[in-house]
Amino acid sequence: MSGTYLGMPAFPRAARDAVNDRTLRGNLRHATHTIRAKRARAVAEVSDWAALREAGKRIKDHTLRHLDRYLVRLEESVTAAGGTVHWAADAEEANRIVTRLVKETGESEVVKVKSMATQEIGLNEALEAEGIRAYETDLAELIVQLGKDRPSHILVPAIHRNRAEIRDIFRTEMGAWGRPAPEGLTDTPAELAEAARLHLREKFLRAKVGISGANFMVAETGTLVVVESEGNGRMCLTLPETLISVVGIEKVVPAWRDLEVFLQTLPRSSTAERMNPYTSMWTGTTGEDGPRAFHLVLLDNGRTDTLADRVGRQALRCIRCSACLNVCPVYERAGGHAYGSVYPGPIGAILSPQLRGTASAIDASLPYASSLCGACYEVCPVAIDIPEVLVHLRERVVQGGPAVREGNRVVLRPAKGHAAERAAMRAAGWAFTHPRALRAGQRLASRTRRLHPRTLPGPGRAWTGTRDLPVLPPEPFRDWWERTRGGKDETR
Amino acid sequence: MRVALFLTCVNDTLYPDTGRAVVKLLTRLGVDVDFPAAQTCCGQAHYNTGYRHEAEPLARHFSDVFGEYEAIVSPSGSCAAMVRELYPRMGERARAEGHGDALARTLAPVVPKTYELTEFLVDVVGVTDVGAWYPHKVTYHPTCHGLRGLGLGERPRRLLEAVKGLELVELPGAEECCGFGGTFAVKNSDVSAAMGADKVRNAVSTGAEVLCAADNSCLLHLGGTMTRLGTALRPVHIAEILASTEEEPAV
Amino acid sequence: MSSRERILGRVRRALADVPPDGAPYEEAVPRDYLREHGERTPAEAVELLAENLADYRAVVHRTGAADLPHLVARLLAARGSREVLVPPGLPAGWLSAAGPVRVDDRAESTVERLDRVDSVVTGCAVAIAETGTLVLDGSPDQGRRRISLVPDHHICVVRVPEQVVSSVPQALDRLDPARPSTWISGPSATSDIELDRVEGVHGPRTLEVILLG
Repeated sequence: MSGTYLGMPAFPRAARDAVNDRTLRGNLRHATHTIRAKRARAVAEVSDWAALREAGKRIKDHTLRHLDRYLVRLEESVTAAGGTVHWAADAEEANRIVTRLVKETGESEVVKVKSMATQEIGLNEALEAEGIRAYETDLAELIVQLGKDRPSHILVPAIHRNRAEIRDIFRTEMGAWGRPAPEGLTDTPAELAEAARLHLREKFLRAKVGISGANFMVAETGTLVVVESEGNGRMCLTLPETLISVVGIEKVVPAWRDLEVFLQTLPRSSTAERMNPYTSMWTGTTGEDGPRAFHLVLLDNGRTDTLADRVGRQALRCIRCSACLNVCPVYERAGGHAYGSVYPGPIGAILSPQLRGTASAIDASLPYASSLCGACYEVCPVAIDIPEVLVHLRERVVQGGPAVREGNRVVLRPAKGHAAERAAMRAAGWAFTHPRALRAGQRLASRTRRLHPRTLPGPGRAWTGTRDLPVLPPEPFRDWWERTRGGKDETR
Repeated sequence: MRVALFLTCVNDTLYPDTGRAVVKLLTRLGVDVDFPAAQTCCGQAHYNTGYRHEAEPLARHFSDVFGEYEAIVSPSGSCAAMVRELYPRMGERARAEGHGDALARTLAPVVPKTYELTEFLVDVVGVTDVGAWYPHKVTYHPTCHGLRGLGLGERPRRLLEAVKGLELVELPGAEECCGFGGTFAVKNSDVSAAMGADKVRNAVSTGAEVLCAADNSCLLHLGGTMTRLGTALRPVHIAEILASTEEEPAV
Repeated sequence: MSSRERILGRVRRALADVPPDGAPYEEAVPRDYLREHGERTPAEAVELLAENLADYRAVVHRTGAADLPHLVARLLAARGSREVLVPPGLPAGWLSAAGPVRVDDRAESTVERLDRVDSVVTGCAVAIAETGTLVLDGSPDQGRRRISLVPDHHICVVRVPEQVVSSVPQALDRLDPARPSTWISGPSATSDIELDRVEGVHGPRTLEVILLG
């Protein structure tokens, strides 16, 4: 994945800054609460939601089970329709392929549709290094690019910015990239959208190369699907002469018919709409309509490693709707940047440590970035049991064990920094299988209760920094039960 | 019916009043309740922190202690969910790792007969009015494992609505997690504390005297937050409300 | 080894633990979701389409064949359009009363030329009542994808009730995957500022739909 995130601190430290940033907390709270209620209404409108969710899950599971077959089928269909298929085992290879394809057109600038896959591989930086400028055209991506910022949400990468901040970025930065912001730009969303329209139109009209991802690829027909709102996607997909789509291998579905499930569940889960404003579907090239050349770059970059994990592979069902981010109480308070990846929130906490491995501090901490409240699983339109995968990845962090990295079987060692916890867990495990020892400990604690401090030193401060400790009772329940024969001898 | 009280290690050590309330309540409803003294911990904290292998002996021990009873009742949604949802998963994982069916077979008997308290009252005993009296203004926080794990639904509310003298007020953002999350509370203490403070603020906004839940782990976190924030609100386990009568009111 | 072989090999090794699954695709997925949400007469489907189009800020008009040219002329005049873009197979009568200059879309038309046109009139392939969606598939009365994108004002004619289906599954049944399609639900919009929907970004900011029946 992109080098942008190397050296990120572990999640708890990164989250602390966000928790204490009042503006950010307010922005995130406002946005996530707005969309939560809307999503619930949009989902309640369809009586067969549970059946659609189950079908979506089963389509993805079936596809992943036969992924080799469907990828080969997809390649045949796309090729037959006039497209060219490339395979990229990792980010570096994908960037090399795209750079070469752009250079072959003789162009030095490209327009981009918002795409998670190209962010994941750090394509813009790779192109820049080769003298090719990539213009992001999605409004939120534009805000992030102009603000020299990082995305913090899958659907709305600038969710951490409020309208006033966006206006300031447009005013100060647009001029350096092209058409400046209109004089007297205010912070009304309509004016901000208009400013983006004017700024980007000249880029759309002169662009010769477009770069996109895709939401779905249909193996049977070779059709690619991009779901969007603003029309920047349509611009990039239809006006340039060359279109390059970089798509994760897990985005394939077997048949045209499968779209009937996802085109119902995705818009309602992501923007809480019955249908998003624009969806583009194309199959190879079509004469005078649209690009003359179409390249599909199929990206692995850790996906097959994820597929090798019995429990973790369900994360590959994800259709990037971001409903799990919007309902997550941890995301709401920690913000997207704390996750140290283009994939933030609950899905990011299970995707990043699988795509990248758990070696870095941030990746080893992500499985713990959840209270396991289960709200993410409840809203997921493809029923990814995110808490199950989180717990599974916690096991991988503290216990190590077999895994696959870059296609090779490896045995991971337990992560550093968990030795004291492991010892404590083992000690507790011993006491809990030796009831007499447990009881002795409880009694000792009760008898010394007046000596207990109200705040704890060291790691205990993590609790007592913000919360009081409970006062220990004079006796544990089991002593009361024994003393009173289950309350029968109780004297009042 | 031989009913075992699975009190949980947290309640045994820190909240014996909740245990006494469950005994009093069930006895009043004619349920013969036993407390197997060998009980310890279901292994939830181990499992959820990534120590599944360390949790396995605890699960086996649980099954040894409770296997013979007809029903196992726990005043903790998360511990009941551990047995009902995660014990089967532990069995499956052991099997997938090539350790055979032994663990799954050992754990299977306790899974279907483990009930969370409100579930046991409504579904097994078949009551919603337990004859309680509790003249206070109360708001109810449905804890995550009870709400989304066990699907307790309206059961706790129906029980509370039938309590004489009790005024139940709606908690804004009720379904959102309180931020406890076991070791999450210390591993991610800043986020956990922020979630707890928001939950307490929502509870205070209702004007209630009492924040009620069916899980003392969440109340441990919320209660500690309340006293630190200096609110007048009190955390009370639902069992203590349901056990309270005019003759023997809860303090 | 090529990356193609490497990736396919990794996929096969990754699935080594999964028991063989001979179930064909047709049996792998339960399709017990609904083909449409509620039963509707064709007239009711048209009503719902109109309602949902309007809900996402498309402007909906209804007319019969005889009045269509006058309605189109009125809408273009009200907009103050001087030029109107026309796909090659648009029925000749539709613009017979219209004042603006007709600009025929040709392969060699540059995007700059399209960008100077005020309005575009097209037909559609199918319309979806439940979602308020128009689907264009590049048929002669709809033209190339870019012509319904670059002008700021799009008038789309839907022949009712025959082009209206209730649901997304029914729409996909009617479409040919080999043709490029554009699904349009209201004017261009964004939710990128504070997750609140705002109409009007890059696509046509005004979408007028004529239900012709």
